[in-house]
Amino acid sequence: MSDETTQTDLEGQTELKIHPDLPDSPKDKGPRMKMLVRNLNFFYGSSQALFNISMDIQEHRVTALIGPSGCGKSTFLRSLNRMNDTIPGTRIEGEIKLDDINIYRDVRDVSTIRTRVGMVFQKSNPFPKSIFDNVAYGLRVNGIKDRDIVNDAVEDALKRSFLWDEVKDKLETSAYMLSGGQQQRLCIARALAVRPEVLLMDEPASALDPISTTKIEDLIGELRKNYTIVIVTHNMQQAARISDFTGFFYEGYLVEFGATQGIFTKPKLKKTEDYITGRFG
Amino acid sequence: MPPTQILTRPQRMRRKIRQIWGHDNFGHILTMAAGAAILIITGVIFYELFAQSSLSRHAFGLNFLFTKVWDPVAGIFGALPFIYGTVVTSILALLMAVPLGLGSAIFLAELAPPRLSDTLSFLTELLAAVPSVIYGLLGIFVLIPVLHTSIIPLLKNWFGFLPIFGGDFFGVSYLTAGVVLSIMIVPFIVSVSREVLLAVPQDQREASLALGGTHWQTTWRVVVPFAMKGILGSIFLALARALGETMAVTMVIGNNPQIKASLLAPGYSIAAIIANEFTEAVGNLYLSSLIELGLVLFILTIVINGLARLLILATARRASR
Repeated sequence: MSDETTQTDLEGQTELKIHPDLPDSPKDKGPRMKMLVRNLNFFYGSSQALFNISMDIQEHRVTALIGPSGCGKSTFLRSLNRMNDTIPGTRIEGEIKLDDINIYRDVRDVSTIRTRVGMVFQKSNPFPKSIFDNVAYGLRVNGIKDRDIVNDAVEDALKRSFLWDEVKDKLETSAYMLSGGQQQRLCIARALAVRPEVLLMDEPASALDPISTTKIEDLIGELRKNYTIVIVTHNMQQAARISDFTGFFYEGYLVEFGATQGIFTKPKLKKTEDYITGRFG
Repeated sequence: MPPTQILTRPQRMRRKIRQIWGHDNFGHILTMAAGAAILIITGVIFYELFAQSSLSRHAFGLNFLFTKVWDPVAGIFGALPFIYGTVVTSILALLMAVPLGLGSAIFLAELAPPRLSDTLSFLTELLAAVPSVIYGLLGIFVLIPVLHTSIIPLLKNWFGFLPIFGGDFFGVSYLTAGVVLSIMIVPFIVSVSREVLLAVPQDQREASLALGGTHWQTTWRVVVPFAMKGILGSIFLALARALGETMAVTMVIGNNPQIKASLLAPGYSIAAIIANEFTEAVGNLYLSSLIELGLVLFILTIVINGLARLLILATARRASR
């Protein structure tokens, strides 16, 4: 299995080039891993949803998670910022590291993890507040009150999500006045405002029209420069277009994981090939 | 002729019934009639109160609302002590019931494990079904002794300099009525607010948590504001109940038509005097004055609810801008 090799490679960390086919990875000092997942098992009550998952998430790259509905990719994504903690009766085994911190063992205050690992949801979910207050929310709950700092951060986040020009004259209007695509970009801006290092996206474009989807994809391409992105998608073309690495999940197992190009052109396993070519799923 | 078209008589009738029953117009008319019935009942109540109180209205005019004297022997009737008692006890009740009710609702909806939450809210709804005479008895036999021995001495000690805690306490009072009312209306606030809080979409909570908000921040900054309209609705329901509550208030308010600044003094409420004196009212003016009191209560309820609703509209408009 492909992740078997990556796993051993990683023990030696920086010297080994794990993904040699990546065009712009610096040759001298190998890629840096932002998050490491080791032997992750996840349970909803007594039923197991994830089986022994190990994955390396490379810094400043886009990692796409694909697979049929109910395969565990969203569960996996939500375990990366401990969002599953909110669901009663869930249990986790194994470890997930963000840089050198085990996010399940070393962290007392889970909100510190969530400010470093931001999340964008499938359905855009702005608060029923003004555009400004939506973006400022994350800063305010994290104790930032200084008006100038908040103003600058809101502007910066809106610019990064390419929404600034569309909303700069109506920051005080309700977020609900925006179109669906704008609302989703607002949610991205809101997540960016707290300056996360990793951004998790759970099918961020699945409810949007083609034009808005293109905008979100372009945005992800830009964000990739400064953020580590993990995205769940049902759309195979989307995964191929925007991601550097792809993991294929099936029935709770990470079946295949590697550079996107490799997964889509010459998948190692029959199962992956069948899914990518649309033979099932 | 194909067999499907040959119908026996009961079959034809059933088809006809289905045509009438299943038709959109039928549902339309049925629900419209139900809606209209509410308007008609309200209209009839208002008309009856208005018509039956004409004697008193003509005798006292608007002065009825501002006269402090209620003297059936002399034939002088004024509503002010009753309006005062009704409003004061209701405000007291809200002051105590809103924090308590909202607090419990937040606990039940946001913090308690689902099973505990369901059990507790079932018990809360049972409280709403307890007859008000029972609350009155509780007031007399439990609340008044407790107030007398523990709470009033403390209040007097700390806040005795305030006029609202001046004078002697004999048990029956505005305060007692307010406390009893607050206990009676808490279940309304709890059970409606809990439902409203539970109806807040999960994605709102998740959005806040994912931004590093704590559970507590999420509750106060996202969940409660989202549910605010419904919570205020539950408070109005409770207020309407408090304004009109009769039996329990009569038992603990003291039934004394006076206006005192002290909450420890006995008073009277509109609903209480109607209940107490209606059967004994001799003379048409006396009866008519009691009915006018009913009219006043009716209008008072509408005005207070209307004002509250305007307040919501104003805040909602400001918030959404």
